[in-house]
Amino acid sequence: MNNRSRAGIDPALLRGLTRARRSPLGLPGLTRRRTLQAGGAAAAALALSACGVGGQQRDPAADANFWEGKERTGNLRWANWPLYMDSERTQIQQFTEATGIEVEYKEDVQEAASFFGQIQPKLANEDDLGYDLIVLPNGFELAKLIELGYLIQLDHTQLPNFAEYAGEIYKNSTFDPGNRYTVPYASGITGIAYNPEFIDREITSIQDLWDPAFEGKVGMFSDPQEIANFGLLATGVTPADSTSADWEAAADKLREQRDSGIVRAYYDQDFIQPLTNGDLWITMAWSGDIYQQNSEEGTNLKFVIPEEGATLWTDNLMIPYTTQAPVDAIELMNFLYEPEIATGLAEYISYIPPVPYAQEVMLEWAEAEGDNERGDALREMAESPLVFPTEENYQNLHNFVVLPTEEQDGFSSLFQAVTQS
Amino acid sequence: MRNRKLTPYVLVLPAWTWLALFFVVPIGGMLSLSLTTGNVITGFQQTFEVGNYADAIGTYWEQILRSLLYGGCATLVCIAIGYPMAYWIAFRGGAYKSTYLLLLLLPFFVSFVLRTISWRFFLSDNGVVLGAFKDLGLLPEGFAVLNTAPAVILGLAYNFLPFMVLPIYAVLERMDPHLVEAAHDLYSDRLRAFVHVILPVSLPGVFAGVLMTFIPTSADYVNASVLGGTHNTMIGNVIQTQYLVNNNYPIAASITFVLMGLLLIGIFSYARALGTERVMEVHTS
Repeated sequence: MNNRSRAGIDPALLRGLTRARRSPLGLPGLTRRRTLQAGGAAAAALALSACGVGGQQRDPAADANFWEGKERTGNLRWANWPLYMDSERTQIQQFTEATGIEVEYKEDVQEAASFFGQIQPKLANEDDLGYDLIVLPNGFELAKLIELGYLIQLDHTQLPNFAEYAGEIYKNSTFDPGNRYTVPYASGITGIAYNPEFIDREITSIQDLWDPAFEGKVGMFSDPQEIANFGLLATGVTPADSTSADWEAAADKLREQRDSGIVRAYYDQDFIQPLTNGDLWITMAWSGDIYQQNSEEGTNLKFVIPEEGATLWTDNLMIPYTTQAPVDAIELMNFLYEPEIATGLAEYISYIPPVPYAQEVMLEWAEAEGDNERGDALREMAESPLVFPTEENYQNLHNFVVLPTEEQDGFSSLFQAVTQS
Repeated sequence: MRNRKLTPYVLVLPAWTWLALFFVVPIGGMLSLSLTTGNVITGFQQTFEVGNYADAIGTYWEQILRSLLYGGCATLVCIAIGYPMAYWIAFRGGAYKSTYLLLLLLPFFVSFVLRTISWRFFLSDNGVVLGAFKDLGLLPEGFAVLNTAPAVILGLAYNFLPFMVLPIYAVLERMDPHLVEAAHDLYSDRLRAFVHVILPVSLPGVFAGVLMTFIPTSADYVNASVLGGTHNTMIGNVIQTQYLVNNNYPIAASITFVLMGLLLIGIFSYARALGTERVMEVHTS
């Protein structure tokens, strides 16, 4: 409503283009989840046309004695998301130092759906993926991988750090009960972010996303599961307990929001830029992206967990059954749960580590650093509920809808009809 | 003697192999895929399910029509901007013709996606353009272009402009200037000379330009996803989602063929209406 941000070119962009990348995420627009979709799409399309389309389900019983006699190979190939580890690959260096295992780290996961499209034909053909370890969010793709029998069941005797340090909430997920196939890499909250330059009242409720006062200035996510969660919460339904009648009602509620002109557009990951320059005033948002934006660019964006609750998502480590180095992979999984390692990782990526103890370690580090810039940043991060949610925050964080694979297509179509109008 | 007869076939062999491998085979595969049923879990069975096409049209007719509409509008914008541009470079460019052409192409050394994203800054509610107009009070505060249909159409037109300018330029540049002089000798004024001499000569260029802009703009998905808002989805976005997000290959493939069919029908009726052969005669006579 005022004109403070009416600049010709976003200053953050100029800074990002001109200065050295002192800060790992200095370049706006290159947040972890940002992808050049075209690239991923092209790769997946190629994979598709090259391999045809198979759909053989594997029998996971074949893996009953999988771990017997398996040994370390000394080489591990890991596919992760871009900017999900610092450019020095500190944690990998530490891993190689500690174990002698060399890691080939590839930032090949650009988008869960297109990555799935890329690996699925290979897995169906029992071809080596080129990865021994991959990272995917708790979504329909993960459910499909599990149902297709494409993931190795983890041997928890080899994951002592996970047993000791993982937070309780990360040991009891709804998408992989008992962590049979996955352990979390990092988590984030999908909540509401707003720009106080344009909105001068408190935002407390999901209903604020339906406020006609913000007509044309509201951003929503295009991901069917993400937007479904918010539609469900807005209609007073807990996503994990929802029925198909609830989905219909949620879709109607979202359609009403769209057709009354309140929604400006549906975003996949590029909501930060419009939120800072005033094209959006309020939007669905990921906690870590807002945290990074504020700490890197000095913006004052607000992130709230609305009273109806927000959702908690988790990116997970998993081993495809075509792996060539399962022992090395599970060793790395275990290593990432060492508190010092988890803390270092969280410091860079600003997302929630699955190791709550990292908060204490971070405060110790801040103490040791004293009053310098890093010390302050560490202290601020350790105290932030966006990186270390409190018990009370967690009470208010919902899980995603978990569906059998045969219901996923209908669910996605229902909400895609809202976002792809 | 024998060898000489074979030579042209040998020469054309790489082109045919290329087409067969990378056009005919994938299209055939796609056609068979469009007639399957199933999903990723169970696999896709060849059932010759023609219903996929009915589904595709029934569900997405709105996005299909919108794509043709946006593509058509973008093509018209390209003609409106591109024709005078080509005309000016060809007839008034003088010694700097190639410089102007280079300037025209310069933005296209940057990636397509980045170019489109930069339009976001340009069209932003408080950005360079709208911000200035709003400061002067010439536009209401709530006025927006980004995330609307005009933004998508402008983005499309911008991204495909050279494909309109270059063919028109090529035709005008080769045109014999004596034709215009002759028109003036016969007492035609500049407007009549343009309408009766220059325009007919340039029509094959316009025709080629329309083909090269209308087809890709109608099938584009980047502009709609980067610059569009609600109710701006184009059919390319739907195809992308069906392939890569839903893994619903049969529907994606059948939408592709519906779009291809519509474009072919459009192009052929356009070629008919314009009577390209007659236009070519004027050009060569």
